[in-house]
Amino acid sequence: MSAAVAEKVILGKTLSIDADGNLANLSDWNEEIAAELAKEEGIEVLNEKHWQVINYMRKVYTDTGDAPSIRKLTKESGVDTKELYALFPKGPAKKAARIAGLPKPKGCI
Amino acid sequence: MTEENYEPIKKVSIIVSKGSLEGVYPGLIMANGARMEGIEANLFFTFFGMEAIIDKKMDHIKVATVGNPAMHMPTLIGSLPGMSALATHMMEKEMEKIDIPPVREFLEMIHDAGCNIFACKASVDMFHLKKDDFCAQVDDVITVGEFYEKSAGASIIFT
Repeated sequence: MSAAVAEKVILGKTLSIDADGNLANLSDWNEEIAAELAKEEGIEVLNEKHWQVINYMRKVYTDTGDAPSIRKLTKESGVDTKELYALFPKGPAKKAARIAGLPKPKGCI
Repeated sequence: MTEENYEPIKKVSIIVSKGSLEGVYPGLIMANGARMEGIEANLFFTFFGMEAIIDKKMDHIKVATVGNPAMHMPTLIGSLPGMSALATHMMEKEMEKIDIPPVREFLEMIHDAGCNIFACKASVDMFHLKKDDFCAQVDDVITVGEFYEKSAGASIIFT
C-alpha cells in the first residue's frame, strides 16, 4: 500500500491513486477494475496469460510486500521474458504491477 | 525545472569496455533497466568488456581485488591466490539475494527483452576472435561506424 496523492474514477467508483498513478489501496482492486486499468495501458483484452502474470504478481506482493522483479517473473510466473514483453509492451514489470493494482516494483532488476 | 519538463529518454546505446565483474554489471543492469522502462536499447561490447559475451569466459567473470581502493584491501592481500575468487563468490551471493542473475542468464534476459547485443569489430580482430566464439545472444560483430548508425537518436553510455 502506498500514499494516496490523487483520486480517479473507474467504473463509477472513486479510487485513491499514488504518486506513480497506481492504485493506493490493494482492496480497491477487482478483475473489472484490472480490465479498465489494462485499457489505459493500451491492452484491450486481458487473456489467460495476462491473468497468469497478474495473479502471480498479486501473490508475491501479498507474501513479500513488493512486486516481483522481471527476473522472478521470468523464472517463476510460467511466462518467459519474450512473452512478458509481448503481453505487456514497454515495461512488463511496471505495467503488470499497475494493472494488478500494486505499487510500482521497487527493485532494479 | 523538474523532470516532467524534459522529453523522456527513448533510446540508449550502452558500451561495456571492462571485463571485471564490477566493470560488466553496471552496463547490464542499465540495459535491462532501460527495457523495463520501455526504452529502446543496444548493448555494445568492446575490448575486455567482450569477456562477458565470449562463451567460454562469460561464466568466469571476476571482481578485481587489486588496484581498487574502494575494496579497502591492501594490494599484497588482494594479490594472494584465490582472493579474487573469494571476493567474487561473496559478491555473487549478495547479488543473488537482490535478484541480479549470473552474466549468462542476465544476457539471455536482456536479449529476450528486445535489446540488441553487439561485439566490436576492432576488438574481435585484435583478439583473433570469430562470431562462433560468442554466446548465441550476440546479434552481430559491427564496426564503430555501424555502432553510431545504430545509435541514431540514442543517448550513448560508456562504462
